Amino acid sequence: MSDKSNLLRAEGINKSFGAVIAAKDININIQKGERVSLIGSNGAGKTTFMNMVTGYLKPDTGNIFFKGENITPLNPRIITQKGISRSFQIPQIFEPMSAWENLLVALGTSKTNHSYFRNARSKENSDYIDEILSRFSLNEFAHRQVSELPGGVRKLLDIAMALVRKPDILLLDEPTSGVGAEEKYPLMDTIAKALSVENLTVIFVEHDMDIVQNYSERVIAFYQGEIIADGNCDNVLNDKNVQEFVTGKTQVKAK
Amino acid sequence: MPLKLLNNVFFQSIFLMSLLVVVGIFIPNWLVFVITKAIAYGLVGLGIITLMRGGLVSFGQGFVFGIGGYTAGLLGTQAGLTDAVLLLFISFIFTGFVGLIIAPLLARYRDIFFAMLSLAFSMVLYGILIKIDAIGGSDGFVLPESTYFGIKPSKEYADYILYVVSVIMTGIVSILLRYYYDSTPGLIALAVRENELRVEYLGSSAFNVTVLNFTIAAGLGGMGGALNGIALGHIDPEFTYWTTSGEFVFISILAGYLSVPAVFLAALLLELVRSFSGRYFPDTWQLILGVFLILSIIFIPSGIGSFFKQLFDKLKNK
Repeated sequence: MSDKSNLLRAEGINKSFGAVIAAKDININIQKGERVSLIGSNGAGKTTFMNMVTGYLKPDTGNIFFKGENITPLNPRIITQKGISRSFQIPQIFEPMSAWENLLVALGTSKTNHSYFRNARSKENSDYIDEILSRFSLNEFAHRQVSELPGGVRKLLDIAMALVRKPDILLLDEPTSGVGAEEKYPLMDTIAKALSVENLTVIFVEHDMDIVQNYSERVIAFYQGEIIADGNCDNVLNDKNVQEFVTGKTQVKAK
Repeated sequence: MPLKLLNNVFFQSIFLMSLLVVVGIFIPNWLVFVITKAIAYGLVGLGIITLMRGGLVSFGQGFVFGIGGYTAGLLGTQAGLTDAVLLLFISFIFTGFVGLIIAPLLARYRDIFFAMLSLAFSMVLYGILIKIDAIGGSDGFVLPESTYFGIKPSKEYADYILYVVSVIMTGIVSILLRYYYDSTPGLIALAVRENELRVEYLGSSAFNVTVLNFTIAAGLGGMGGALNGIALGHIDPEFTYWTTSGEFVFISILAGYLSVPAVFLAALLLELVRSFSGRYFPDTWQLILGVFLILSIIFIPSGIGSFFKQLFDKLKNK
């Protein structure tokens, strides 16, 4: 069954690690262009879901469809090639290289066969990388070795690398984790600005409810592997179950 | 403009090749022979640094070195093919093909498992070669004298002609390899070395890059083996022995993976140490080699190539 409006569809996903249930009958439809945040306490199943979408983990039962195609059996490489990219909670970047070279690798991996053996540092590639760097306000860090860069910049670079391929869906795993409180909003502003250029579908895992409320249109709340709420920010964040099990009974102001 | 030219791989190589060809006229024959052997070993080392760029080291390049040598030798004795250029080229292609066949198996392994599996291949080949009397068993066999485009040079010039051929062919290979290192898969290999998982999540295959690198390394090893066989005029199973493979690893560690010319310099150093210790301090060559290796690991852990890289980075920034 293919439905064009459903870019990503998870059907009846179950996943256990021994006695621990990480996903229980998960059904999700994500539409093109949506900004969705996944919330829940640690171990609720958010990252497991993300890992299943990107092919790192396979569900015990159920299927995941992308543009109507069943991607459940595919590996992360093929899924990435099909248009689902991700960033990581701990940035997965190439430490001895510069930020510019990291993006060059990311760009290189997206090349088609006819350009595969051309010089990776061609003007065309350089220009595109410079554009990405500008979009993420990373110009001043371009030629610095990434192992020397501050946490927030490393996060941005990790996301920029995922974006280079121009995916349809971008999954961000806790984009503000490990970043100081005062840095969170500037970081999210930069990310939101950079992503606004593309008509991207963005799914991100986040613990900070203010960030969730400010940067997503839809929220999916997880608890013990189950979805306990799914809808717009105000409805979900004011949901009784969400307040009890996820946000800790804090009344969230409407936007 | 001159600095720009100096930074161009093509011009660097042409300059170095021309210099070596001219220098070869003025140096004694024994040194011409030593440099030719160093080029043969350097070619294998070049294959190993291609793998090292992807985070792997092969302990068994004697396998492809032996296949290349035996390919050239058997084509000479059995098929009457004596053209050195053709033998080097065929050995490169054939050994590369053998590499392509076993690469998918090797590419599934990493670190010490990759190293030991590659060593296992060379040990198996060694075991087979010493048992086959038809190709000389443990004694090996003599190769016919080489010709060059149908011409057989006099004994006086044979070493120099082979030297020139090896310089030119190696120069061409080195240029191509430099371009490969700068291409997308060459760059991805460096990324695989650092973070394989991320490479997969960027949509590229670490496995495919490793297969490609091993195939190239095999081809280079085969060409080196053929050149060594032609230079010596003899081939035996020692080509595939694990100590021979160890010498290639030594060259690669000494050179580092940052520079192509450094590999040939490291190979030349090895050959010179071998020649001089053999002549003046018999039976101590392993001792000297060991000390040399310890010193180089302690004082130049990134290899001789790091000096070259620093030099060219300075030139670039000027």
